Amino acid sequence: MKVSAIITLKKDVLDPQGKVIHQTLDGMGFKDINEVRQGKYFEIDVKEKDPIKAKNVVEDMCKKLLANLVIENYKIIETQ
Amino acid sequence: MKSSVITFPGSNCDRDMDVALNKFGFKNKMVWHDDIELPKSDLVVLPGGFSYGDYLRCGSMASKSKIMQSVINFAKSGGLVMGICNGFQILVETGLVPGVLLRNKYLEFICKNVFIRVDNKENPYFKNLDKDIFEFHIAHNEGNYFCTRDQLKEIEDNSQVAIYYCNNKGKIDEQFNPNGSVKNIAGILNKEKNVLGMMPHPERMIDQSLSGEDGSIFFKNLINNLK
Repeated sequence: MKVSAIITLKKDVLDPQGKVIHQTLDGMGFKDINEVRQGKYFEIDVKEKDPIKAKNVVEDMCKKLLANLVIENYKIIETQ
Repeated sequence: MKSSVITFPGSNCDRDMDVALNKFGFKNKMVWHDDIELPKSDLVVLPGGFSYGDYLRCGSMASKSKIMQSVINFAKSGGLVMGICNGFQILVETGLVPGVLLRNKYLEFICKNVFIRVDNKENPYFKNLDKDIFEFHIAHNEGNYFCTRDQLKEIEDNSQVAIYYCNNKGKIDEQFNPNGSVKNIAGILNKEKNVLGMMPHPERMIDQSLSGEDGSIFFKNLINNLK
Protein backbone atom coordinates (compact mmCIF):
# COMPACT_ATOMS: atom_id res chain seq x y z
CA MET A 1 0.00 0.00 0.00
CA LYS A 2 1.33 3.42 -0.95
CA VAL A 3 1.10 6.21 1.57
CA SER A 4 2.01 9.81 0.75
CA ALA A 5 3.10 12.38 3.27
CA ILE A 6 4.08 16.01 2.97
CA ILE A 7 6.34 17.85 5.36
CA THR A 8 6.04 21.61 5.57
CA LEU A 9 7.84 24.25 7.62
CA LYS A 10 5.83 25.68 10.48
CA LYS A 11 4.38 29.12 9.92
CA ASP A 12 6.82 31.16 12.00
CA VAL A 13 9.93 29.44 10.62
CA LEU A 14 11.85 31.44 8.04
CA ASP A 15 11.98 29.74 4.62
CA PRO A 16 14.77 31.43 2.66
CA GLN A 17 14.44 28.98 -0.24
CA GLY A 18 10.74 29.75 -0.57
CA LYS A 19 11.58 33.47 -0.54
CA VAL A 20 14.10 33.11 -3.38
CA ILE A 21 11.64 31.03 -5.43
CA HIS A 22 9.03 33.73 -4.82
CA GLN A 23 11.40 36.45 -6.05
CA THR A 24 12.37 34.44 -9.13
CA LEU A 25 8.76 33.71 -10.04
CA ASP A 26 8.03 37.40 -9.55
CA GLY A 27 10.88 38.29 -11.91
CA MET A 28 9.45 35.89 -14.50
CA GLY A 29 6.20 37.78 -14.50
CA PHE A 30 4.16 35.86 -11.91
CA LYS A 31 3.14 38.97 -10.04
CA ASP A 32 0.16 37.64 -8.08
CA ILE A 33 1.99 35.63 -5.41
CA ASN A 34 1.50 36.31 -1.71
CA GLU A 35 4.05 33.81 -0.45
CA VAL A 36 5.93 30.62 -1.45
CA ARG A 37 6.76 27.95 1.13
CA GLN A 38 8.85 24.94 0.12
CA GLY A 39 8.25 21.50 1.61
CA LYS A 40 9.03 17.81 1.11
CA TYR A 41 6.95 15.02 -0.35
CA PHE A 42 7.34 11.31 0.48
CA GLU A 43 5.73 8.34 -1.21
CA ILE A 44 6.18 5.26 0.95
CA ASP A 45 5.18 1.79 -0.18
CA VAL A 46 4.51 -0.26 2.97
CA LYS A 47 3.73 -3.96 3.24
CA GLU A 48 0.69 -3.30 5.43
CA LYS A 49 -2.57 -3.72 3.50
CA ASP A 50 -4.97 -2.15 5.95
CA PRO A 51 -5.21 1.58 5.08
CA ILE A 52 -5.65 2.78 8.66
CA LYS A 53 -2.73 0.70 9.96
CA ALA A 54 -0.58 1.78 6.99
CA LYS A 55 -1.34 5.40 7.72
CA ASN A 56 -0.40 4.92 11.37
CA VAL A 57 2.94 3.35 10.43
CA VAL A 58 3.83 6.28 8.18
CA GLU A 59 2.68 8.74 10.81
CA ASP A 60 5.11 7.09 13.24
CA MET A 61 7.88 7.46 10.62
CA CYS A 62 7.05 11.15 10.25
CA LYS A 63 7.29 11.70 13.99
CA LYS A 64 10.52 9.74 14.45
CA LEU A 65 12.55 10.63 11.37
CA LEU A 66 10.90 12.30 8.38
CA ALA A 67 9.91 15.51 10.16
CA ASN A 68 11.63 17.52 12.85
CA LEU A 69 8.66 18.63 14.90
CA VAL A 70 10.46 21.69 16.26
CA ILE A 71 10.22 23.35 12.85
CA GLU A 72 8.09 21.12 10.63
CA ASN A 73 4.54 19.77 10.37
CA TYR A 74 3.57 16.58 8.58
CA LYS A 75 0.37 15.58 6.88
CA ILE A 76 -0.61 12.22 5.43
CA ILE A 77 -2.29 13.23 2.21
CA GLU A 78 -3.11 10.02 0.41
CA THR A 79 -3.37 6.28 0.93
CA GLN A 80 -3.88 3.93 -1.97
CA MET B 1 42.38 11.34 29.46
CA LYS B 2 40.62 9.18 26.92
CA SER B 3 38.53 10.47 24.06
CA SER B 4 36.52 8.96 21.21
CA VAL B 5 35.73 10.53 17.86
CA ILE B 6 32.78 8.99 16.01
CA THR B 7 33.18 8.63 12.25
CA PHE B 8 29.97 8.61 10.21
CA PRO B 9 29.84 8.00 6.48
CA GLY B 10 30.56 11.49 5.15
CA SER B 11 32.38 12.85 8.23
CA ASN B 12 35.41 14.84 7.09
CA CYS B 13 36.73 16.60 10.19
CA ASP B 14 37.14 13.40 12.18
CA ARG B 15 40.88 13.06 11.51
CA ASP B 16 41.53 16.77 12.17
CA MET B 17 39.82 16.30 15.53
CA ASP B 18 41.94 13.19 16.17
CA VAL B 19 45.13 15.19 15.49
CA ALA B 20 43.96 18.02 17.76
CA LEU B 21 42.96 15.76 20.66
CA ASN B 22 46.20 13.76 20.51
CA LYS B 23 48.29 16.93 20.24
CA PHE B 24 46.97 18.20 23.57
CA GLY B 25 47.29 14.97 25.48
CA PHE B 26 44.12 12.95 24.90
CA LYS B 27 44.48 9.27 24.04
CA ASN B 28 41.99 9.27 21.21
CA LYS B 29 40.18 6.37 19.57
CA MET B 30 38.27 6.52 16.30
CA VAL B 31 34.89 4.80 16.54
CA TRP B 32 32.85 3.67 13.53
CA HIS B 33 29.16 4.65 13.44
CA ASP B 34 28.06 1.04 13.00
CA ASP B 35 29.74 -0.08 16.26
CA ILE B 36 27.49 -0.62 19.22
CA GLU B 37 29.83 -0.17 22.13
CA LEU B 38 31.60 3.03 23.01
CA PRO B 39 35.18 2.58 24.31
CA LYS B 40 35.77 3.91 27.82
CA SER B 41 36.00 7.68 27.31
CA ASP B 42 36.20 10.93 29.23
CA LEU B 43 35.06 12.84 26.14
CA VAL B 44 33.11 11.83 23.03
CA VAL B 45 33.31 14.04 19.95
CA LEU B 46 30.88 14.11 17.03
CA PRO B 47 32.97 15.70 14.27
CA GLY B 48 32.13 17.97 11.37
CA GLY B 49 31.40 16.89 7.83
CA PHE B 50 28.46 15.84 5.75
CA SER B 51 27.18 12.67 7.41
CA TYR B 52 24.91 10.70 5.07
CA GLY B 53 25.33 13.42 2.46
CA ASP B 54 23.16 15.76 4.55
CA TYR B 55 20.15 13.84 3.20
CA LEU B 56 16.68 14.63 4.61
CA ARG B 57 18.00 17.11 7.19
CA CYS B 58 21.62 17.56 8.23
CA GLY B 59 22.46 15.10 10.99
CA SER B 60 19.07 13.37 10.94
CA MET B 61 20.29 9.98 9.69
CA ALA B 62 23.47 10.01 11.77
CA SER B 63 21.40 10.68 14.89
CA LYS B 64 19.73 7.28 14.36
CA SER B 65 22.92 5.28 13.69
CA LYS B 66 23.84 2.34 15.94
CA ILE B 67 26.58 3.99 17.99
CA MET B 68 24.35 6.94 18.85
CA GLN B 69 22.31 4.99 21.38
CA SER B 70 25.51 4.44 23.36
CA VAL B 71 26.47 8.09 22.93
CA ILE B 72 23.04 9.20 24.16
CA ASN B 73 23.27 6.88 27.18
CA PHE B 74 26.79 8.18 27.88
CA ALA B 75 25.52 11.79 27.74
CA LYS B 76 22.52 11.01 29.93
CA SER B 77 24.78 9.49 32.57
CA GLY B 78 26.78 12.75 32.68
CA GLY B 79 29.54 11.96 30.14
CA LEU B 80 31.02 14.81 28.11
CA VAL B 81 29.79 14.91 24.50
CA MET B 82 30.90 17.66 22.15
CA GLY B 83 29.44 18.11 18.66
CA ILE B 84 31.22 20.40 16.21
CA CYS B 85 29.45 21.69 13.07
CA ASN B 86 27.76 18.59 11.60
CA GLY B 87 28.24 17.09 15.07
CA PHE B 88 26.12 19.96 16.45
CA GLN B 89 23.48 19.20 13.81
CA ILE B 90 23.51 15.54 14.92
CA LEU B 91 23.14 16.59 18.57
CA VAL B 92 20.05 18.71 17.90
CA GLU B 93 18.52 15.82 15.95
CA THR B 94 19.00 13.49 18.94
CA GLY B 95 17.35 16.07 21.18
CA LEU B 96 20.35 16.15 23.54
CA VAL B 97 20.52 19.92 23.01
CA PRO B 98 17.44 22.01 22.19
CA GLY B 99 16.61 23.75 18.90
CA VAL B 100 17.49 23.07 15.26
CA LEU B 101 19.95 24.33 12.63
CA LEU B 102 18.35 25.78 9.51
CA ARG B 103 19.81 26.82 6.15
CA ASN B 104 21.94 29.95 6.44
CA LYS B 105 19.83 33.06 6.07
CA TYR B 106 21.40 34.18 2.77
CA LEU B 107 21.55 30.63 1.33
CA GLU B 108 25.34 30.69 1.05
CA PHE B 109 27.88 28.15 2.22
CA ILE B 110 30.02 30.19 4.63
CA CYS B 111 33.70 29.40 5.05
CA LYS B 112 35.67 31.99 7.02
CA ASN B 113 37.15 32.93 10.38
CA VAL B 114 34.76 34.47 12.87
CA PHE B 115 35.00 35.82 16.40
CA ILE B 116 33.00 34.22 19.14
CA ARG B 117 32.42 35.29 22.72
CA VAL B 118 32.23 32.78 25.53
CA ASP B 119 29.21 33.65 27.59
CA ASN B 120 29.10 30.95 30.16
CA LYS B 121 32.15 29.50 31.91
CA GLU B 122 30.21 27.43 34.42
CA ASN B 123 30.82 24.23 32.46
CA PRO B 124 33.68 21.79 31.84
CA TYR B 125 34.37 23.14 28.34
CA PHE B 126 35.06 26.81 29.06
CA LYS B 127 35.77 26.84 32.80
CA ASN B 128 39.08 28.55 33.74
CA LEU B 129 39.65 30.18 30.33
CA ASP B 130 41.35 33.51 30.94
CA LYS B 131 39.93 35.18 27.84
CA ASP B 132 36.43 35.52 26.43
CA ILE B 133 36.90 36.29 22.74
CA PHE B 134 38.18 33.63 20.37
CA GLU B 135 38.85 33.50 16.66
CA PHE B 136 37.56 30.22 15.24
CA HIS B 137 36.78 28.98 11.77
CA ILE B 138 33.30 28.21 10.47
CA ALA B 139 32.38 26.23 7.34
CA HIS B 140 28.72 25.40 6.99
CA ASN B 141 25.52 25.72 4.99
CA GLU B 142 23.10 24.99 7.84
CA GLY B 143 24.26 26.88 10.91
CA ASN B 144 21.29 29.16 11.38
CA TYR B 145 20.31 28.26 14.94
CA PHE B 146 16.58 28.36 15.55
CA CYS B 147 14.34 27.52 18.48
CA THR B 148 10.85 28.43 19.59
CA ARG B 149 10.28 31.46 21.83
CA ASP B 150 9.51 29.21 24.80
CA GLN B 151 12.68 27.20 24.18
CA LEU B 152 14.76 30.38 23.92
CA LYS B 153 13.45 31.57 27.25
CA GLU B 154 14.28 28.24 28.84
CA ILE B 155 17.75 28.21 27.27
CA GLU B 156 18.50 31.71 28.52
CA ASP B 157 17.01 31.11 31.97
CA ASN B 158 19.23 28.05 32.37
CA SER B 159 22.36 29.81 30.98
CA GLN B 160 22.64 27.26 28.18
CA VAL B 161 24.04 29.60 25.52
CA ALA B 162 27.72 28.68 25.37
CA ILE B 163 29.02 31.08 22.71
CA TYR B 164 27.82 33.97 20.53
CA TYR B 165 29.08 35.37 17.21
CA CYS B 166 30.64 38.79 17.82
CA ASN B 167 33.30 41.15 16.48
CA ASN B 168 36.96 41.22 17.54
CA LYS B 169 36.03 43.40 20.53
CA GLY B 170 33.37 40.97 21.71
CA LYS B 171 30.41 43.07 20.58
CA ILE B 172 27.38 40.91 19.85
CA ASP B 173 25.34 42.45 17.06
CA GLU B 174 23.30 41.35 14.06
CA GLN B 175 26.00 42.69 11.69
CA PHE B 176 28.45 40.10 13.09
CA ASN B 177 25.97 37.27 12.67
CA PRO B 178 27.19 35.17 9.72
CA ASN B 179 24.17 32.91 9.24
CA GLY B 180 21.05 34.48 10.76
CA SER B 181 21.04 32.42 13.95
CA VAL B 182 18.72 33.50 16.76
CA LYS B 183 20.44 36.09 18.98
CA ASN B 184 23.84 35.36 17.34
CA ILE B 185 23.97 31.96 19.04
CA ALA B 186 26.96 29.89 17.86
CA GLY B 187 26.90 27.15 20.49
CA ILE B 188 24.51 25.64 23.02
CA LEU B 189 24.85 23.45 26.11
CA ASN B 190 22.31 21.03 27.51
CA LYS B 191 20.71 21.81 30.86
CA GLU B 192 23.26 19.73 32.76
CA LYS B 193 26.16 21.43 30.85
CA ASN B 194 27.89 18.18 29.89
CA VAL B 195 26.81 18.27 26.23
CA LEU B 196 28.08 21.06 23.97
CA GLY B 197 27.12 21.71 20.36
CA MET B 198 28.81 24.48 18.38
CA MET B 199 29.23 25.47 14.75
CA PRO B 200 32.84 26.82 14.93
CA HIS B 201 35.78 24.43 14.52
CA PRO B 202 38.38 24.77 17.30
CA GLU B 203 40.35 21.85 15.74
CA ARG B 204 41.19 24.07 12.76
CA MET B 205 43.05 26.56 14.97
CA ILE B 206 45.70 24.46 16.64
CA ASP B 207 48.83 25.59 14.85
CA GLN B 208 50.27 28.94 13.79
CA SER B 209 50.51 27.62 10.25
CA LEU B 210 46.78 26.84 10.35
CA SER B 211 45.92 30.54 10.73
CA GLY B 212 45.70 30.68 14.49
CA GLU B 213 46.11 29.11 17.90
CA ASP B 214 42.85 29.92 19.66
CA GLY B 215 41.87 26.27 19.28
CA SER B 216 45.06 25.28 21.13
CA ILE B 217 43.96 27.43 24.07
CA PHE B 218 40.57 25.73 24.04
CA PHE B 219 41.91 22.16 23.95
CA LYS B 220 44.69 22.77 26.52
CA ASN B 221 42.12 24.22 28.88
CA LEU B 222 39.65 21.40 28.19
CA ILE B 223 42.08 18.61 29.09
CA ASN B 224 43.17 20.49 32.24
CA ASN B 225 39.52 20.81 33.27
CA LEU B 226 39.05 17.07 32.88
CA LYS B 227 42.13 16.02 34.86
